[in-house]
Amino acid sequence: MTAASAIARDASAAGRANAETAAKSSSTAATRTSAADAATAATGTTTAASSSAAAAPVSLRGIGRAFASQSGDRQVLRDIDLEIAAGEIVAILGPSGCGKSTLLRIAGGLDQPTQGEALIDGEAVKPFDPRSAVGFQEPRLLPWRTIADNVALGLPRSTSRAAGREQVARLLDLVGLAEFAGHRPREVSGGMAQRTSLARALARNPAVLLLDEPFGALDALTRLKMQDLLLDVHAAEPATVLLVTHDVDEALQLADRVILLGHEPETPGAVVTQTIVVPGHRPRDRGSAELAELRARLLDGLGIDRHGSARGIETTTTIPHYPY
Amino acid sequence: MTDASHGPVITTGALVHESDAIRVAVNGATTSVAAGRGASVTPAPPAGPAGTGARRRLVDRRWFVIVGGAIIPVALLLTWQLVSTSGLVPVSMLPSPEMVWLAAVDLAQRGLLGLYVAISTQRVFIGFAIGAAFGLAVGALVGLSRLGDILLSPTLGAIRAVPSLAWVPLLILWFGIAEDSKIILIAIGAFFPVYTIVAAALRHVDPHLLEAGRAFGLRGFRLFTAVQLPAVVPSVISALRLALAQAWLFLVAAELIASSMGLGFLLVDSGNNGRIDRIFLAIILLAILGKLTDALVGLFERWAVRKWA
Repeated sequence: MTAASAIARDASAAGRANAETAAKSSSTAATRTSAADAATAATGTTTAASSSAAAAPVSLRGIGRAFASQSGDRQVLRDIDLEIAAGEIVAILGPSGCGKSTLLRIAGGLDQPTQGEALIDGEAVKPFDPRSAVGFQEPRLLPWRTIADNVALGLPRSTSRAAGREQVARLLDLVGLAEFAGHRPREVSGGMAQRTSLARALARNPAVLLLDEPFGALDALTRLKMQDLLLDVHAAEPATVLLVTHDVDEALQLADRVILLGHEPETPGAVVTQTIVVPGHRPRDRGSAELAELRARLLDGLGIDRHGSARGIETTTTIPHYPY
Repeated sequence: MTDASHGPVITTGALVHESDAIRVAVNGATTSVAAGRGASVTPAPPAGPAGTGARRRLVDRRWFVIVGGAIIPVALLLTWQLVSTSGLVPVSMLPSPEMVWLAAVDLAQRGLLGLYVAISTQRVFIGFAIGAAFGLAVGALVGLSRLGDILLSPTLGAIRAVPSLAWVPLLILWFGIAEDSKIILIAIGAFFPVYTIVAAALRHVDPHLLEAGRAFGLRGFRLFTAVQLPAVVPSVISALRLALAQAWLFLVAAELIASSMGLGFLLVDSGNNGRIDRIFLAIILLAILGKLTDALVGLFERWAVRKWA
């Protein structure tokens, strides 16, 4: 598949929003890569200097995780099946404490599942898998290192000194922190620290980028800017993105697909209760009516009453449930 | 050995023993030991750049810090001079500053003052270096490895509980009354603060940072040098400071019992001869030397805090 045909495919997919799913599920890693290259060319960002790893698909098969506690095992996750295509952005949404972060940590090899298996590109996830990079909820920067040195921490071990410097400079430029390269983390704002954390994750050149509520601690405006930044970054450095969030709007703005985790009555452990394919290409209109409907459905799934029925507004949506 | 000199040994040991509240213990112990030597602890400079534009307060001015620190020593000296020369207290109990000065000059002319100071300082430095090095190594082992912790902690905790003076007869029997026994005793004194604080600090390195380090492919020695070591540098320096104070403490204990030179020998010898002026001289010298060496580590600490924190 050539870059040109990839663009053509993307363009036609834009016309038929729901067809995107079909295109995605059938796409292989190879076609996604060329599509990603096309996206890179389209945004005009040069990634030629970096040996960008191809985005890889992620499979979570029958994942369950129980934590040992004093009153016996506590099941947190149960029977999670999830196929994520290479280059896809998937948001995991769910109420607090439902195991969203645990699922993400399992996908990155920071935690091991008690049941099932996690695969990246068909191979089992290794502990602290080098193919994935994690952006934590807190920036987790080393306070004694400069911003640039913190980003350099993410570089793969094989990187030569000169190439590493170049890569760090490029990433700092990408997240708009070139001027702050020599600052210490305590000297920059929370948003900048989080951008540094994102750059550090990108420095690892990951096939899978795992983001655990990366913007949760930021103020509302900074969060919106960071969401746009993430989309730019994804265009420049295509990777499969798994994003944990508790922000419905964020999920709808960023993701191709939103996975809703929740509990079924009477059974322990969270399961996937809803999967929603978000229509339209990014960046999306934050005020679109279509997104508003999905938002209502997701909030309903999270157990939040949108108080529409009290005003005589129909609560059912016109958008059919996935799979269509 | 008098009760007065035995007291601080126990106090310091007890403070170090509370490994859970280690930072408090470190600060508390450092302060109390330093205060016991007539020194003041210079607080670390506030992190980050000082407020610009605003008028600097009096307490931020360098000259005031120096003058302010000298007020009490000068007042003490004046009071001492007044009390001793007015005849309020007989000179056999409290010699005048002049008498102490003359005793110093007399000892210096015999070539003993420099010798005593040099030999005591040398013992402290060698013992401190050995004890601190072992403390760092064993502290790192216990702090980093769960197995090391399980195997070594109980034994070391029990050894730490032995009062320093209890070692003296054994050390003299084993190593004689030459330098070896004294340096080993001082090394024991310097070992425990470093071991305890380093082990606790390594155990309490922010698990989030450790996980981030591991998530970015750091393991073993690389993880240690990139995350754990820098994270504990401030604690290590506090530990070294405390260990140095302990080293002086144990020096006097060692020299009081069996020695032919050094400041501890000067103390015990003068006590036997009733040379109260020399006793005062020895105490003042210990205070000055302790403060000077502590200030040296303090300089290092300021540099390290700027660089690492």
